[in-house]
Amino acid sequence: MRRCLVLLLVAWYAVWALPAAAQTGSDAAYARLASDSYADIEAGIAALATSGDPKAGPVLRALIDNRLFYRPDDKALAVKDGAALTDLRTGAAVSPDGFKPVRVNNRLRRAIDASLGTLNLLAPDTATRRSAADAVFKARDAAALPALDTALARESDVGVKRSMQEARAAALLAKPGGASEIDRLAAVDTIQARGDSEALAILRGLANDPAQSVRDAAARGVSGIETRQALMANVQNAWYGISLGSVLLLAAIGLAITFGVMGIINMAHGEMVMLGAYTTYLVQELIRQKAPGLFDWSLPIAIPLAFLTAGAVGILIERTVIRHLYGRPLETLLATWGISLILQQAVRSVFGPTNREVGAPSYMSGAFDLFGLSITWGRLWIVVFALAVFVALNLTLKATSFGLKTRAVTQNRRMAAAMGIRTPWIDAFTFGLGSGIAGVAGVALSQIDNVSPNLGQGYIIDSFLVVVFGGVGNLWGTLVAALTLGVANKFLEPYAGAVLGKILLLVFIILFIQKRPRGLFALKGRAVEA
Amino acid sequence: MLLSRIDKPGWIFLGILALACLVVPALNLLTAPGSAFHVPTYAVSLMGKYLAYAILALSLDLVWGYCGILSLGHGAFFALGGYAMGMYLMRQIGPRGVYGNPILPDFMVFLNYKSLPWYWHGFDLFPFAAVMVLLVPGILAFVFGWLAFRSRVTGVYLSIITQAMTFALMLAFFRNDMGLGGNNGLTDFKDILGFNVQAQGTRVVLFVLTALALGLAYLVARFMTTSAFGKVLIAIRDAESRTRFLGYRTAHFKVLAFTVSAMMAGVAGALYVPQVGIINPSEFAPANSIEAVIWVAVGGRGTLVGAALGAVLVNYAKTLLTGAMPDAWLFALGALFVVVTLFLPKGILGTLAERLGARRPKVSTDIPPALAEEGRGS
Repeated sequence: MRRCLVLLLVAWYAVWALPAAAQTGSDAAYARLASDSYADIEAGIAALATSGDPKAGPVLRALIDNRLFYRPDDKALAVKDGAALTDLRTGAAVSPDGFKPVRVNNRLRRAIDASLGTLNLLAPDTATRRSAADAVFKARDAAALPALDTALARESDVGVKRSMQEARAAALLAKPGGASEIDRLAAVDTIQARGDSEALAILRGLANDPAQSVRDAAARGVSGIETRQALMANVQNAWYGISLGSVLLLAAIGLAITFGVMGIINMAHGEMVMLGAYTTYLVQELIRQKAPGLFDWSLPIAIPLAFLTAGAVGILIERTVIRHLYGRPLETLLATWGISLILQQAVRSVFGPTNREVGAPSYMSGAFDLFGLSITWGRLWIVVFALAVFVALNLTLKATSFGLKTRAVTQNRRMAAAMGIRTPWIDAFTFGLGSGIAGVAGVALSQIDNVSPNLGQGYIIDSFLVVVFGGVGNLWGTLVAALTLGVANKFLEPYAGAVLGKILLLVFIILFIQKRPRGLFALKGRAVEA
Repeated sequence: MLLSRIDKPGWIFLGILALACLVVPALNLLTAPGSAFHVPTYAVSLMGKYLAYAILALSLDLVWGYCGILSLGHGAFFALGGYAMGMYLMRQIGPRGVYGNPILPDFMVFLNYKSLPWYWHGFDLFPFAAVMVLLVPGILAFVFGWLAFRSRVTGVYLSIITQAMTFALMLAFFRNDMGLGGNNGLTDFKDILGFNVQAQGTRVVLFVLTALALGLAYLVARFMTTSAFGKVLIAIRDAESRTRFLGYRTAHFKVLAFTVSAMMAGVAGALYVPQVGIINPSEFAPANSIEAVIWVAVGGRGTLVGAALGAVLVNYAKTLLTGAMPDAWLFALGALFVVVTLFLPKGILGTLAERLGARRPKVSTDIPPALAEEGRGS
């Protein structure tokens, strides 16, 4: 009997309250919360969610935490904070006399959760609105549809609006038979435009949709997204490949001078790279101690120093050892291998066998997004740097007097000597140039590899293969070979794994050299024994 | 007649080997452990290891010294022979492994193998394993050499791709999927032909066998190089194009020499593994192969005996130096490479022969200057 009375009361109250809600918005919603009827409270929660009232969030959170109290006499609400009660309307502290807690059950808790999400959709902060829309998208909560419509009508930010439309589409599609076919078709289009794996999952879920047209549209959407994702994966792989290729190019380009142009098998080439990396380490250490503010300048400072260090060591090696071994390539190979062992051990004795810490300047760290492609700044700079070194080296050989003499000496030594070129000096400086470039490569490689005495060992075989693959005596061949191998490596990796991919490439190069022993871009000649 | 083809250094070499076969076991087995003449068992195994290296050096000298093929991948053939022997020794462990599986070696149990991979079958039989010791490196060398020499890949290009070959094999053997123990390799051997690998007697027998194998390898190489076949090899070394123009199929000669040499290296590896007790992928490291080249260069390229001598000397020095001054070894090895190529191009034996004014080794190590100039710019 009493229950019936309460229901009646509620019904009457609802009739009475509706116009009030239209007039004063949140006040009526608050009034409904001040009740001991679950149905009433639920209606209040729903009203509050779309009210846009700034206090709605804290009140709902208080409600779910059982911190919301009401006074049956005058429908006043109060929030309990610690021990004290604060009146909601006046903001003044009130005595707890006559206040009763607003009760919640699980059904109401779910309603509150949904409403809190809806509230965020109306939050003044753009980021909050966006994350709320994303949350609805993930939950595909059909109950959030009215709130989304309200929010969409008010939304002004283009990005957030798109997120909300996607969320709305996801929610629409999640409600079975809940929307018209046309609405659902539009929703499929919206989801397809999103184009990520979440969208793919939603569209795949539509395979059993009652409407044929929706099923077809979803299937088209799935294949469209899959095509785009495959394309993106390829672009990503290509970028990783170019990045790896530029590292190979850096490591090999000095060798393209010493081996490719001069014909010297310099097995200590990797150690020149290592010396460049250790020069970078020393420069950074010095800057850390003396002038920490210059840290961002450490790489520009290290580049010329690494060039000079490695170049000087190169000239020293040429003058003391290699000079005596011209015309005996196999002996040169052995002697320079010995030099590489000595250099490794020397660095190990001075700096210790462990890795040395080389830091990244601010412009080398972080990443940016390019059409969905994540590109790290460090990698980008290395690609740019490798190309810059390549261009500079090409210009040196093609457009300077030194380059002219180098080419003259390598093409016809005796004729060049007869023309007054000091061939021994050209030999020494050309070797120094190749070694110096290796040192410069070391500066870049110190950013992506461990700076240890074994640094060079890891690059020597790769470098030789790049130069041989590209064709000896041809810088462009080296460029093409490095990029080809880099890209091929990255495209093989997903199928074969990193190590097997590398093995496959090695086998490929071994077979390739059998087919074209002079590399991709061989110098034309008639020599019987080149 | 084979015996007439052995020169004076060859007789001295064979004599020393025969003496070692008698004296070392006697000093190990017959003397008391405290006595001044006693050779401890570990030293016998160490010498056995040197002799295995000497076989490797000899095989390298056969192709480098006589045919001009500088292989930087002979360590791969050595390691393959070693792995073949290692697989036999692994199968001999039987149920005595940590996991007690009678068929699967421990590492396979550990990696959840259900059955033996196909290429492990047959390795429980010694004759099969012994054939594989020869066949696996031989076939690899044949295929590799056939491809390379037929397309006239020579000089440093060949050196670089042989190095790439051993590097690729090293990466492959480091993988656990390879089914050969991954980076731990094969170890914990128990028996060989029913004898305990660790036992003193087995060690002495292994030493004697290695010495005999070295002598046999020398005879084979000597026979090959002093025959008409060997003359063509030397001609190829000194002027390959001219030899080709004279009508010889140089590629066939090179492939044969390369394959025989790889088989010898395989035998060396097979003898090395039971004496050292482990084989792992680091044996494939390109640095090992280059180190073997310097043994040959130190002893004297194109002398056979010198190669064996170089291997023993350099490795003895390595043992001494790494024990006394570990940091100094790489300096010494590096300096050795430089000094030998610059000042001792004929190696110890070649230089000695010249200094003593004795008969020069029958096989010249000189490369005519005109040809050296031709080889320039490659």
